[in-house]
Amino acid sequence: MLTFVARRLVATLLVLLVASFIVYVLTANSGDPLRELRGSRDPSAQDQIAYLSGLLNLDQPPVLRYFSWLGGVGACFIGQCDLGISVARGQQPVIEAIGGALGSTLQLVLAATILAIVIGVAIGMTTALRQYSGYDYVVTFLTFVFYSLPIFWVAVLLKEFGAIQFNSFLGNPVIPWWSILIIGVVMGFIASSIVGGELRTRVISFVSVGGGIAALLILLDVTRWFESPSIGFVGIALMSVATAAVVLFTSTGFHNRRALLAVGIIVVLTVILSWPFQFLFYYVNSPWTVLLVLAILVGLGLLVGFFVGGDGKAVVARTAAIVGGLGVLPLVLDQMFIRWDEYVARIPLSNGVIATIGASTPAIRRVDDTWLNMLDSLTHMLLPTIALMIISLAAYTRYARASLLDVMNQDYVRTARAKGLGERTVVMRHAFRNAMIPIATIIALDFGAVIGGAVITERVFAWQAMGSLFNEGLHRIDVNLVMGFFLVTGILAVIFNVIADLLYSALDPRIRVS
Amino acid sequence: MTDKKPVVDEQSSGQELSIEQRATVGLSQGAIVRRRFLQHRGAVVSVFVLLFLVLLAFTSVGTVIGGTGKLTPDPSGTRLIVDGFRIPGWWGYTWWERYDIMLPGGAPTFTWWPFSFGEHPFGQDNTGKDVFARVMRGMQQSLNVVFIVGIISTVIGVVLGALAGYYRGWVDQVIMRLTDVIIIVPLLILGAVLGQTIGGDAFLLAVMIGLIAWTGMARLVRAEFLSLREREFVDAARVAGASDFRIIFRHILPNTVGVIVVSATLLMSAVILLETSLSFLGFGITAPDISLGQIISEYNEAFKTRPWLFWWPGLFIVVIALCINFIGDGLRDAFDPRQKRVPRQRSLGSEIGNFFKAYIPGARPGDGTSNK
Repeated sequence: MLTFVARRLVATLLVLLVASFIVYVLTANSGDPLRELRGSRDPSAQDQIAYLSGLLNLDQPPVLRYFSWLGGVGACFIGQCDLGISVARGQQPVIEAIGGALGSTLQLVLAATILAIVIGVAIGMTTALRQYSGYDYVVTFLTFVFYSLPIFWVAVLLKEFGAIQFNSFLGNPVIPWWSILIIGVVMGFIASSIVGGELRTRVISFVSVGGGIAALLILLDVTRWFESPSIGFVGIALMSVATAAVVLFTSTGFHNRRALLAVGIIVVLTVILSWPFQFLFYYVNSPWTVLLVLAILVGLGLLVGFFVGGDGKAVVARTAAIVGGLGVLPLVLDQMFIRWDEYVARIPLSNGVIATIGASTPAIRRVDDTWLNMLDSLTHMLLPTIALMIISLAAYTRYARASLLDVMNQDYVRTARAKGLGERTVVMRHAFRNAMIPIATIIALDFGAVIGGAVITERVFAWQAMGSLFNEGLHRIDVNLVMGFFLVTGILAVIFNVIADLLYSALDPRIRVS
Repeated sequence: MTDKKPVVDEQSSGQELSIEQRATVGLSQGAIVRRRFLQHRGAVVSVFVLLFLVLLAFTSVGTVIGGTGKLTPDPSGTRLIVDGFRIPGWWGYTWWERYDIMLPGGAPTFTWWPFSFGEHPFGQDNTGKDVFARVMRGMQQSLNVVFIVGIISTVIGVVLGALAGYYRGWVDQVIMRLTDVIIIVPLLILGAVLGQTIGGDAFLLAVMIGLIAWTGMARLVRAEFLSLREREFVDAARVAGASDFRIIFRHILPNTVGVIVVSATLLMSAVILLETSLSFLGFGITAPDISLGQIISEYNEAFKTRPWLFWWPGLFIVVIALCINFIGDGLRDAFDPRQKRVPRQRSLGSEIGNFFKAYIPGARPGDGTSNK
């Protein structure tokens, strides 16, 4: 397996090297970097042209310049990176420009990809399992529509409608009755379609899920929750129970008493421990606390599963650990929403709560509070992530559906059913894993679309991130800046490929063996 | 692969034919594909919508053939004329001239009741240009790019894929490594660099995108060739003395036409999004030339005050991409019957009927649960 991944890694790096040469030469030939200076009547322009030409070695052909650039990149291995200077940004070293831009783009790309995979695979699988249902047709049609949407159009729409409408809603948070009705009916429809089965079961799931969500919305409306959103004990308990229910439903089912008991214990522990954890989050104010709490909860889950598990220790322990790990989410969200009033007080008056410009609020960046900064990032990233996710989502949904349908018709699935396994075990244990093999390939292929989408999304939401490096660099023919962008996307491409290969070999034993 | 044509000979005539076979006995390959395609309602509707849009775009404002597209004042100095051979259309306004603003702000004159288009149904921009004419011209250019890219990259992809798959060995190695190099650079990035180089002309941009968008096609065609070249009919052709050229283009290629047509269609739907995205960023088609993305880019800032400048071009992008995607789906169903959808004969109405039947007194148990 390691040789497989290593071989792929070397091949990708070589391909990347050739690609970087092509991009460098093409960019260098795409125009004149000193065009603005040449047209200027400034008496010092001639001196500047001579100075910059010398600095950028413009008297040499692009091929030679490429190799001196490559030499600077190669020096990174001995700790002396030199990616050249950016003319477009007042001779700022490119490495500095990347340092300031990398973080937010990375967050955006990773969040959008992970969300697209998780949600897309979930939707694709449910449509495959309920093939030819109304839900399947609606989703299939919607994937076609999403597939055909230009990302810049979606981003502008989200910015102008999503953000502004939601912000004005938060100004006077009253949910109209008809939107409660519509949300309830839609959620009920989705739930009843996924659960499927007889009409009676469907009606029950429709009423319980749709009614439950409508009741929750009415409750939030009546208690004026949106005026100062918080999560608190009740929120943590509700969210933990909900995640526990979803995990149980997909992994062991509710009939497994031991798993039910273990998960119940973990949920109770999470809610009880949320009180001491508050102090931990407050005094150890750093992102690493999240990992610490995650480790504690996963460890507790494993322990509880081990002691309660009985015969199926491994399965119960795994389920409880997953529930424990997901329990971190409400805890962190709680910390973020505790600082809601502080956040609202600190953002500029002209901005709404959901930001549409930039990747963070400068006034908040100066405050040394991890959770406040997290909340700030969340409100800034929300819309760009949705815009970027929607496009990939359609692709993942379609591939997951096609792939699972393909697998469900295989002989070994019939064998699994024939030997008496439950439908849940057949789907989750036998079919799911094999259906994921093609998805692993898509992750590497989809990468280009995500990077391209990020460039456009960042432009629409005016982020000063990697996308603006590329836009600015190409508009002003600043080869070093463009190559800095290319280097980062190239490394990202390599990482995505390695992840895809690792997934591939983890899912497909044939690759591990050979 | 649908090269197996069901034949009713004496040996098999005694066996039962499946519905599919019975329906296709005596039909040519083309007829089978056409029939299956016509069964895909979305695809058929999309064909008509797309044809309508093409006609609308080209006949309404006319077009310009050749020339640079640059605008110059005519000798009398009252009008601007566009460089190139101009074919006028039935729409009274052009996409480059300014007109008196009819409604405040240049709002659309279209009204539902009483139903009328008015002078400027899509509105006017802040300088008085007619948005309908601009959107139509933008659609022309975007469609031109789509078709040119479709043709160029399909030809390149098919030829390179065929050579790689047929000859294998070092030819395959060289072509596939070239494909890898192009595929690792995000298409938008490579397209933007090339678009910046050529500087805003629609035809050149299409050629450039065509030169880089063939990689997916080449990989698919290569995979098909790798499996088809081992088949008996290829051996037969070789024994009969056919040249490599003949085997590739007359014997193997017709068997891959399904894959090629489907992937060319899907490529074209990706191209319209790519071209509009590039133009939006300012690296594709730029003023004075027009495309749908370029219009959105130009009017992006005016969204709050003049939303109609933004809605119409975006809507046409979505409709064109959606139509091409649906046609691609229909073609896939037609060429690859394994993926065809066969909806179960079941409706919600009958289910509700069953539900009530099961709960009225005297109903036999199990009546309402027949849909398992």
